[in-house]
Amino acid sequence: MRVTQGRAGARILAFGGYQPARVVTNDELSQAMDTSDEWIQARVGIASRRVAGPDESLADMAAAAGGKALAGSGLSPEDIDLVIVATCTPEAPIPNTAATVARRLGIMAPGAYDLNAACAGFCYALAAASDSVRAGSATNVLVIGAEKLSQWVDWTDRSTAIIFADGAGAAVVSPLAEEDDAAGIGPVVWGSDGDLADKIIISDRNSFIHQEGQAVFRWATTALHPVAKEACRRAGVDPSELTAFIPHQANLRIIESIARRLGAPQAIVADDIVTAGNTSSASIPLALSRMAERGELPSGSPALLLGFGAGICYAAQVITVP
Amino acid sequence: MAMTEAEILAGLGEIIDEVAGVPADQVTPDKTFVDDLDIDSLSMVEIAVAAQDKFGVEIPDDQLKDLKTVQDVVDYVKRSEVSA
Repeated sequence: MRVTQGRAGARILAFGGYQPARVVTNDELSQAMDTSDEWIQARVGIASRRVAGPDESLADMAAAAGGKALAGSGLSPEDIDLVIVATCTPEAPIPNTAATVARRLGIMAPGAYDLNAACAGFCYALAAASDSVRAGSATNVLVIGAEKLSQWVDWTDRSTAIIFADGAGAAVVSPLAEEDDAAGIGPVVWGSDGDLADKIIISDRNSFIHQEGQAVFRWATTALHPVAKEACRRAGVDPSELTAFIPHQANLRIIESIARRLGAPQAIVADDIVTAGNTSSASIPLALSRMAERGELPSGSPALLLGFGAGICYAAQVITVP
Repeated sequence: MAMTEAEILAGLGEIIDEVAGVPADQVTPDKTFVDDLDIDSLSMVEIAVAAQDKFGVEIPDDQLKDLKTVQDVVDYVKRSEVSA
C-alpha cells in the first residue's frame, strides 16, 4: 500500500468576508427590551450588529464569503479539492453546508464537511485544512466560518440578543510556495473542557441560546492568555513580534483583557465586534477580511488567531498574513 | 498569617483601582459596588479573580452576587482565611 506524500507546510492565500445588509442598532434593541446603548457598549462593546434577512440562508452567506476568498486567491474553483465549513448553526443536520456551498461556487466534487467547535470553529477548521495540505490529502482548501445565530436568539432576552449576530468569513489554504518558506500556518494549540459544557448552550431544537455570562467571562479572562502565549511559543514567534491579534469577537472586555495579558504592544487588536457583533465561528475570518481590506495587516508578518467558546472549545495559531 | 481588616481593605482598594479605575481612597467599607462605585457584574468577576491572586481566597460566581458592599468582600476574605 502507498501513502500520500506530505508537504513542508501550508499557508493562507486570501481572506473573504460577508455581512448581511440589515444593521440592528442598540437603540433598536432598546425599544424591544429593557436595555440601552450605553449599557450594551459598556458590557460587551457592541454598537451595532448585522442580522440576515428572512430569505438569507447560512449557505448564502457562506458562499458569498467563500467566493470572495476564492477570487482573492487567484485560484479557480477547479483548483479547490476540499471545502470545510465551520458552523454551529446549520440549516438542518443534513445535508451539510459545505457540499451545497461548493456546488454554488462551481467547485466540482471536492471533499466537503461541516465542523462544529462553536466560536473556536474557524481555528479548528484552519488547523484541519493546514494538516490536510501538509499530509497531502488535499491541495487547496476553502475554509469558511459562517453563522446565522439570529435564528437561535430570543429577541426579548437582553442577555443574549445584544450579543449574537450573523455573518461569514473565509480563507483559502494552499501549500507553501517553496519548501524552505518560513511563512505559513503555525502549530495549533487546542483543547476543550466539557465540565463547562452547560455554560453556553442551546438545549434542543426548540430552545434559544443561553449563556452564563459571568462564568464564561471568568473562564475567558483567566484560561486563554496562556493558550495564546503557547501558540506563539510553538510557532517560534515572540508576542512582541506580532503585528496583529485576532481573537474571537466575543466581548470587547474579554478581548482587551486577553490582549493585555498577552503582551503584544505592536499588535493591532481586532475590534470588529463593535460593528459586527459576536458571529461565533465567522468572527475571526470576518475580522481578518475587513482588516485586510483596510490595509491593517502587513503582508508577510505574523498574526495570532484565538478562537474560544461553547463546548468549551478553544484553539489558537500564528499565521503569516498573505 | 491572617491579614488584618485594614490590610484586606487596602489590598481591595488597589484591585478596584486597577480593575475599574476607582481611586483607592474612595473604596470605603460602607460603599456598594453597583450604586456607589458604578462597578458592574463583569468587573466584579475581575475583582474576584484578582482577589484570588492577592489573598488566595476563591470567590465563586454564586457567592459573588451576595457581596454588595466593600465590607461584604472584606468579611468574606477574612472568613475564608480563618476556615482555610
